[in-house]
Amino acid sequence: MAKIETRDVNLYYGDFHALKDISMKMEENTVTALIGPSGCGKSTYLRLFNRMNDLIDNVKIEGEVLVDDEDIYRKGLNVDELRIKVGMVFQKPNPFPKSVFENVAYGLRVNGIKDKHVIEETVVSSLKHAALWDEVRDKLHKSAFELSGGQQQRLCIARALAISPSIVLMDEPASALDPISTAKIEELIHDLKKDYTIVIVTHNMQQAGRVSDFTGFFYMGELIEFGRTVDIFTSPKKHQTENYITGRFG
Amino acid sequence: MVTHIETELSNLKIDLNEMWDLVISQVKESRESLMNFDKEAANEILFKEKIVDVFELKLDRDCENIIALYNPVASDLRLTLAVIKIVLNLERIADFAKGIAKFIAKSPRESINPELLISAQVEELLTSALAMITDAKTALNNENSRMAISIFSKDSLIDQITRESNKIIGDYILKHPDEIDEALNIYTIIRKIERMGDHSNNIAEEIVFYLEAKVLRHNKAARK
Repeated sequence: MAKIETRDVNLYYGDFHALKDISMKMEENTVTALIGPSGCGKSTYLRLFNRMNDLIDNVKIEGEVLVDDEDIYRKGLNVDELRIKVGMVFQKPNPFPKSVFENVAYGLRVNGIKDKHVIEETVVSSLKHAALWDEVRDKLHKSAFELSGGQQQRLCIARALAISPSIVLMDEPASALDPISTAKIEELIHDLKKDYTIVIVTHNMQQAGRVSDFTGFFYMGELIEFGRTVDIFTSPKKHQTENYITGRFG
Repeated sequence: MVTHIETELSNLKIDLNEMWDLVISQVKESRESLMNFDKEAANEILFKEKIVDVFELKLDRDCENIIALYNPVASDLRLTLAVIKIVLNLERIADFAKGIAKFIAKSPRESINPELLISAQVEELLTSALAMITDAKTALNNENSRMAISIFSKDSLIDQITRESNKIIGDYILKHPDEIDEALNIYTIIRKIERMGDHSNNIAEEIVFYLEAKVLRHNKAARK
């Protein structure tokens, strides 16, 4: 059973046909990179999995989107529960105007967890999991804004991990970071793979090559090619993929 | 719009072709100097060998720079990797041409046994090796993998002639034990030509890898 699967998904923003017949399967504990030029639909596709597109007016979705074999667009589905299972990290670090500790504890508190020990343990383990603990253990009660950009992004990852998702969506998580912070995020993605299924949108082709097991190339709302990253980057089957990854267009 | 990497790869191909032309001319000259036992031509080959080495170093460095600076992928990566290996094989071919030239240039003799050269089909062998090297260059420039694959059968032909020639030389030694040195020199030259064929084969494999993303090394079945 695939962890995530889409079957013939079409998505429209009003009259604009943003995703066209997308079928794809993502296995558990893998990293899938979505690449393609701006406006190709890769972020729209990513946002299907935690129903973020629902927040946009005039969106129409056809086809099936399955997480753990369950249709997440079926009537009566609890979206809050879905978003516990499917965490998300955005392009720019967006910590809350709270302390480092409270940023990570926030998700637990809004989900009704009150036990101080459980919260403390989860905050520490999430920060460790996000490879940030050693850098912030003495700053837990300082404002999250005092951290560097790279640290803030790992804090956001820790925040996403605190509520124990099984899927983590990342929308260009390192595009606003310097090379050292980017390397840390990439190492983190690699480490997280053993516990999570990760889907990452990236404009950085080398990053897709470094961190992902599978790559999907989107162009004008279509999934042109999907396969093992090593195959896509050494011998793509489609000319459009070849042209895009070699920089001939896009 | 031509991208930076396209310009770099195009320049790489220009330099590779120049090296290739030089190696072809070295093999051609080695054939002429051997058949005419021309020491002057042989010395010219020895001199030009240094230029082949310079090309090898330059192309190696250019490939390294392309990988480091432009992160090539897909066909760009395959071309860069193929060029590294083609250059290595061209340099080895030029080495064998140099080996033939060295034998002529350093020989105390003024001629080589023409009868044995003809019966051992040395000129035919060199001509076949030359055709393989030239065809490989055309195959790469025309991006013609069929032509590259056709090189494998030419190598089989060289191997077959080599086996026949070795037998002829063996028989010659039995009949003319006083000319064993001469016969062994020709045997060594044939070995070098046979190796030129093997290296041309390797080049053909790299061309197919570049054009079709297929690895033919150690896989005879895939060559058909």
